[in-house]
Amino acid sequence: MDGFAKSIGGGGPNVPAGSHPAGGSQAAAGGGATQRTQYPYVTGTSVIALKYKDGVIMACDTGASYGSTLRYKSVERIKAVGKHSIIGASGEYSDFQEILRYLDELTLSDHMWDDGNSLGPKEIHNYLTRVMYNRRNKFDPLWNSLVIGGVKKGPKGDEKYLGMVNMIGTHFEENHVATGFGNHLAIPILRAEWHEDMTFEEAVKLVEKCLLVLLYRDRSSINKFQIAKITTEGSTIYPPYSLKTYWGFTHFENPAQGAVGSW
Amino acid sequence: MTGSMDLPAKGGFSFDLCRRNNMLQKNGLKLPGFRKTGTTIVGLVFQDGVVLGADTRATEGPIVADKNCEKIHFMAPNIYCCGAGTAADTEAVTDMVSSQLQLHRYATGRESRVVTALTLLKSHLFRYQGHVSAALVLGGVDCTGPHLHTVYPHGSTDTLPFATMGSGSLAAMSVFESKYKEGLTREEGIQLVSDAICAGIFNDLGSGSNVDVCVITKGKTEYLRNHQLPNPRTYASSKGYSFTKGQTEVLSTKITPLKQKVEVTEGGDAMEE
Repeated sequence: MDGFAKSIGGGGPNVPAGSHPAGGSQAAAGGGATQRTQYPYVTGTSVIALKYKDGVIMACDTGASYGSTLRYKSVERIKAVGKHSIIGASGEYSDFQEILRYLDELTLSDHMWDDGNSLGPKEIHNYLTRVMYNRRNKFDPLWNSLVIGGVKKGPKGDEKYLGMVNMIGTHFEENHVATGFGNHLAIPILRAEWHEDMTFEEAVKLVEKCLLVLLYRDRSSINKFQIAKITTEGSTIYPPYSLKTYWGFTHFENPAQGAVGSW
Repeated sequence: MTGSMDLPAKGGFSFDLCRRNNMLQKNGLKLPGFRKTGTTIVGLVFQDGVVLGADTRATEGPIVADKNCEKIHFMAPNIYCCGAGTAADTEAVTDMVSSQLQLHRYATGRESRVVTALTLLKSHLFRYQGHVSAALVLGGVDCTGPHLHTVYPHGSTDTLPFATMGSGSLAAMSVFESKYKEGLTREEGIQLVSDAICAGIFNDLGSGSNVDVCVITKGKTEYLRNHQLPNPRTYASSKGYSFTKGQTEVLSTKITPLKQKVEVTEGGDAMEE
């Protein structure tokens, strides 16, 4: 009895007082050899985000793959959290849905305090870091790389925030972040071309540049993207759209032209 | 023994030594490591020819073994080849094909063609089933025009308008994919290649130091060694370090004459031959 109560209290992530623990599968399963290794099944690919003049812009494609099959083509991997933040996730989609549930409980109990204060992106980021790290220490990770962005009024005025947490709990804050393949393909472009106080149009152009490279070179991305932005006015998640690709290089038309006779 | 040396190779990979190597490994022999180049190499086709680029860092695991090595190898006066992968493999295979091309030039009396180099490289690499770890970007201009090819360690090749290989290939490819267009001028081509190599240098740990560029056009090849040096050594003082006499304070002096320690015997034994 005692052991059961203890594991209920400490089994799930660090949820605020009063809520029931989630992720209690370990507690419920009878002792013995419970296997904790996880493999991701339905996965989303990269998310990229950057700070611009009015806030944070985040983008990703709307696909979720089941191994090497493109199973779902209209998946929203960016969601609003509270009034001040948006969160994007790559990796296991069901774990992202679970994280959204935790964040729902978090924002609900925060709202119930009714103290005029609301959780900002920095607080959400910190909470998720604790959740991810604690799950990893129990060998039961949430298989995601999360990107949290937002704007909240602080002591120095409107403070933009953009951070990332991954499945082992590594977290940091930066002016531009990317997950998954975006680390290799989008970060070089962002490092070279990001600058302080970009306008919305400039930011969208930069993001689309990165998304196009990801579309060409990441096998699990699809040509259907969503851009989301968060400003002091609130969050906006734009409807999905496609980018134009260019395949008209002369070398693509006749590759064997220079190498006739070779294979 | 001598009889078998005279016979020409029958073709195909000779697996004789593999059994011996496996046996040695099982008995505890640690196979020697190899120096990988851990590289960014790129090539692109512009309006008059081909531009090749490479970084200059050679790594041995986590250590930088050579901070200014040459990764753009000479194949023919009109054909150059960038190499990524194991440094010994890329050097040996490009040297070998370069000499084969030279002999071929003597036999035919004509300028070498890029397809010739391509076919020689891919046949050799395929024979060795990927054990020769050389990933190459081969470019050149011959009588049929400018050509750019990539060659993979297992022997497959691609013909492309722009190509990147090595550990920094994704960083460089992101630059190419966003900025490449057909009909670039020479300056634009060199700039784009330098940008791509710099992306590799600054975003990939296996690449670093300087940018080498090679521009090949009809009748002219320019090898711009260390075209860009984006990682200069910076000294605290702009004049470098200079230690003038008297700058270091002498606290004490003790002189020990060595005569007391060493016995010099005259007429000792002569040195052995």
